[in-house]
Amino acid sequence: MGIRSLLFVAASLVLAACAQDPDTTETSGAGTTTAPAVTAPAPAATAPVAPVAAGPVPGSEEEFLVEVGDRVFFDYERSDISEEARLTLDRQALWLNRYTDITVVIEGHCDERGTREYNLALGERRANAVRQYLIASGIDAARIETISYGKERPVALGSDEASWALNRRGVTVIN
Amino acid sequence: MMRAWNQGATALCLLLGLAVTCLGSATSLAREDLRIDITQGRFDPIPIAVRPFYGTQPDTETLGTHVADVISANLHRSGLFDPIDPAAFIGPVTGVQVRPRFGNWAALKAEALVKGSITPEPDGRLKFEYRLWDVARRADLVASSFTTPERNWRRVAHLISDQIYERVTGETGYFDTRIVYIAETGPRDRRVKRLAVMDQDGANHRYLTDGKHLVLTPRFSPTAQELVYLGYYQRNRPRVYLFNIVTGQQAVLGDFPGMTLAPRFAPDGTSVIMSMAKDGATNIYTLDLATRVQRRLTGSVSDINVSPTYSPDGEQVVFVSDRTGTKQLYVMRDDGSNMVRISREKGQYDTPVWSPRGDLIAFTKTRPPVPGSTDRYYIGVMRPDGRGERLLVGGYLVEGPTWSPNGRVLLYAEEQLERATGTIRRVLRSVDLTGQNHRVVPTPLEASDPAWSGLLQ
Repeated sequence: MGIRSLLFVAASLVLAACAQDPDTTETSGAGTTTAPAVTAPAPAATAPVAPVAAGPVPGSEEEFLVEVGDRVFFDYERSDISEEARLTLDRQALWLNRYTDITVVIEGHCDERGTREYNLALGERRANAVRQYLIASGIDAARIETISYGKERPVALGSDEASWALNRRGVTVIN
Repeated sequence: MMRAWNQGATALCLLLGLAVTCLGSATSLAREDLRIDITQGRFDPIPIAVRPFYGTQPDTETLGTHVADVISANLHRSGLFDPIDPAAFIGPVTGVQVRPRFGNWAALKAEALVKGSITPEPDGRLKFEYRLWDVARRADLVASSFTTPERNWRRVAHLISDQIYERVTGETGYFDTRIVYIAETGPRDRRVKRLAVMDQDGANHRYLTDGKHLVLTPRFSPTAQELVYLGYYQRNRPRVYLFNIVTGQQAVLGDFPGMTLAPRFAPDGTSVIMSMAKDGATNIYTLDLATRVQRRLTGSVSDINVSPTYSPDGEQVVFVSDRTGTKQLYVMRDDGSNMVRISREKGQYDTPVWSPRGDLIAFTKTRPPVPGSTDRYYIGVMRPDGRGERLLVGGYLVEGPTWSPNGRVLLYAEEQLERATGTIRRVLRSVDLTGQNHRVVPTPLEASDPAWSGLLQ
């Protein structure tokens, strides 16, 4: 009896573990390889999900991800907005000027190198650099919040230059 | 020496609800003998025999073995003692009053011997007695007793360990302490992090948060009853929280318009020093816990000033700033005046922590790998004026040193990179001030952000 119920518990635990799998395979699958094939900066990496051929709904989060691009990248320990980042942020500003009821949170992220506390501060500086650029491009400051995750939320899971470059990022997240 | 020690132990134990008695050991015979100078770089650990404590009943007999095991393990981890395997012990376990047969212990090459007894009191509490002997001189060095409920037996073992350590090294011990840290599980991009607390030897481990929210960088209050740490709670906004371990209650600390981070208590426990990051600049603030008055100590408009910690007298603050374009250490008065840069060697410096003795500052350092080494990050120490820099340990990523209360040992976090698979493993490690005695601190899960308490009260 005791053993039987134990077995039942064990079986449910296995089931529970399996049930979570579909949720985790995408990222963990990519993470086991050293190649950071995870989230490329450009819209191309985000596979269109909608079955409708017409494309993303105007003003939708999907359109923002696919047509505009939600992230910019930084050099090591830097928070300057690069020329490439300007192009992305100019598109973001244009889009946000079109859909004026949308508010955003800018996430600032760092690569894994460096201490936790300094990286939290650096992430804030990066998020703020993005915010200031959008404000200078005519977006109301009240629409833009920032949050720093420091080195806590990498997207590329390798410990190499290519992964670090993808992780030093500012991501504009639509509320 | 003995008198000062007894007063300290008595004060400590009164707070714990222990009754402590000095057995009036005959220390005059042996004052200068069994002693090691731990300020020297290398020494041979002292062979010590810790007998199971004598118990008159089956359950106290078992407990007596456990107490001896905890003491042995503490002394062994310190690197200063070499406990002898109890399997080699000769003769029956006898009570603390029975004089040892010194010839038996000398034959085992034991230089020191600990004997103890556990006796039930009429009120149900247990009386733990012990005596430390110098085997060569056949003289006792220190002895005392603790009367307390059985559930406190591990703390008694730690207090005895501290007394033995102090008698032999001349410095206070660090065994009756706790460690708070962040327990980690899950893939790197979705790490689940929980606040966890345990005794310094890993016992009494428990989680304080459930992992639903990101938590980072916990630090003890001087009494070890409270923590300050960074939590991502309300609307996922990162703020410093004050958490009471005893009551389980917590609250946001202060009313700041931006992210608060890197908190630490002032040595007197009346205020917290931390940073606030807003509009691209990170500055250092203090918050008085009683009046809630905030004070800003740095005034940068675009620099990062972070990881502030006080000197033990509370009069100075050391912190990291990137105002010159690289991360360097600075010291200032507690009002923000008289700021001077103290780091001067090649490389970048981070997470400074002042030693409880006041004589050193430990830090994290990064510099490009030297030929033949893959180390990039180091834990080191320097004097408060920046001179006498020494690197104690290096690795792919080591960070965040925290001091034992006697300023002899540093705990820190290490990320071990296995290059073949690209996997990272996060562990807590310790190293002593001489750069010796490297150890992994065992934790049930992966671990980061350790902070060591002071001696418990």
